[in-house]
Amino acid sequence: MEWFINPFIQNGFMLRALAAGVLVSISAAIVGTFMVLRGLAFIGDALSHGVLPGIAAALLLNIPGILGAAVGAAVMIGGISLITQRSRLSADTAIGLLFVGMLALGVVIVSRSTAFTGDLVAILFGEVLGIGQSALLIQLAATAVVAATAVLCYRPFLLLCYNPEQAQVAGFSVRLYHNIMLALIALTVIVSFQTVGTLLVFGMLLAPAAAGALLARRIGTMMLWAAGLGAAAVYAGLLFSYHFNTAAGSTIVLVATLIFFAVFFARSARPAHTAEAAQR
Amino acid sequence: MSRLPQPPASVDCNGAVPLCAEHLSVGYDGKAVVQDITLDLQSGRALALVGMNGSGKSTLLKTVVGLLAPLGGRVEVMGAAPGKAPQRIAYLSQFHSSAFVLPLRAVDVVQMGRYTARGLLGRMTSEDADLVADAMKRMGIAKLAQQPVRALSGGQQQRVYLAQALARRADLLVLDEPTASLDAAGREFYLQALADELARGVAAVAATHDINEASRCDLVMLLAHRVIALGTPRETITPEALLETFGIVLMSQGEQGRLAIVPREHGHDD
Repeated sequence: MEWFINPFIQNGFMLRALAAGVLVSISAAIVGTFMVLRGLAFIGDALSHGVLPGIAAALLLNIPGILGAAVGAAVMIGGISLITQRSRLSADTAIGLLFVGMLALGVVIVSRSTAFTGDLVAILFGEVLGIGQSALLIQLAATAVVAATAVLCYRPFLLLCYNPEQAQVAGFSVRLYHNIMLALIALTVIVSFQTVGTLLVFGMLLAPAAAGALLARRIGTMMLWAAGLGAAAVYAGLLFSYHFNTAAGSTIVLVATLIFFAVFFARSARPAHTAEAAQR
Repeated sequence: MSRLPQPPASVDCNGAVPLCAEHLSVGYDGKAVVQDITLDLQSGRALALVGMNGSGKSTLLKTVVGLLAPLGGRVEVMGAAPGKAPQRIAYLSQFHSSAFVLPLRAVDVVQMGRYTARGLLGRMTSEDADLVADAMKRMGIAKLAQQPVRALSGGQQQRVYLAQALARRADLLVLDEPTASLDAAGREFYLQALADELARGVAAVAATHDINEASRCDLVMLLAHRVIALGTPRETITPEALLETFGIVLMSQGEQGRLAIVPREHGHDD
């Protein structure tokens, strides 16, 4: 038992990492559920990489990385809407363009500074074991904002996932609620870069929600599954990285992905929906 | 062709009728698909839009519900511009592909029909629950309420979407191919539900390929990138008019004298 508990009791940094990771799991579960159901995975991916130049520039200018990440996310979302509204190019193309452009810009900024290498790894893979009290509070506040917004917008979000035209005719502005959904994805990415890093936050958004989608019959259940599996991945990943001295953030996301595949293969072996259909 | 009943030269939109259009042009991206549509639809009446895929049926319906801006002319829905009275309109769109991946039960989808009335946070009341249950019963899917939508057949899913439209308790039903993918039993449930709604004073506009379904409506509009005819089924559903609407038509006097029509294609490109 000690093997499973002591690392978190004896080390403050491990306990803070666990708390921050669970908070990331909760907001990622809520946002990731809508992201998966609305088919916005690619924009989530692009956002999680597109914030890199903002963070890098912020570090160069000695301002908080979280502000730079916010600017990077705003540029991404603004650029994508500009291209899709002013041209006939599809959203995929717009997202891809901004994605590679911003990633390249980030690497260019980083390459200007020789003293940057350690910071780059921290940006990409997070510093889950170096989380301070203030970062934990910011994470808590962001998770609360995400949860409150999801409660307030649950009906329009669900209608958007179901059928955007029906949402519009039902009197819920597609543009407004789509933008709120993007803002929630951006908020989760921006705040979570300190814990799991920009490269891996996407994994936390996607893998637990995707596993939840395979397991749940209802949206609420899907979120609970996603949060639970995400938190389990955080705990197991931290424990493994502590005992076997592996990179904490990456181990967490690796576990989350493995959980998805475990669920996937367990479900494939037992085709439940076909059985239900046959019963009628 | 001059004998076909044509739309009125002008209509009086001032009485806040469910649907009223004067010289309306509809289309996408500034390109008109159908021009010069003039009609008014009174409460308790049903209008069938008949035409091939791409003839402008869906475009007209999307304009009526406010998804597309009119390109010219005038259109009023419930006495206001399209999209201004969401509580009073129910819209059934043609495609629902995303529903396959959503973890939702049939009853959850039907309940979405009450969201407009209850807003963002308003609690669902027992009245809402009754409307949802009643709508599912009328479409013959009460037993499927707890089933995941993604486990239902295409025809069962269509019944769920129709039940959602009924649960809205709207004053104007705007239905794009309501009988597409319905089996015979589903069609009967739908036709009975439509008759009940009309008796309640609801107006309905439905796009269809089905001449028999159209012949049960009060008015029929034949569309082929323009209004071929607008009038009662007796006036409009004639071999001559159908030939002009569909180009190549196969008609037969089948059992019970039913007309059958075979469109040239079965794709869904409109």
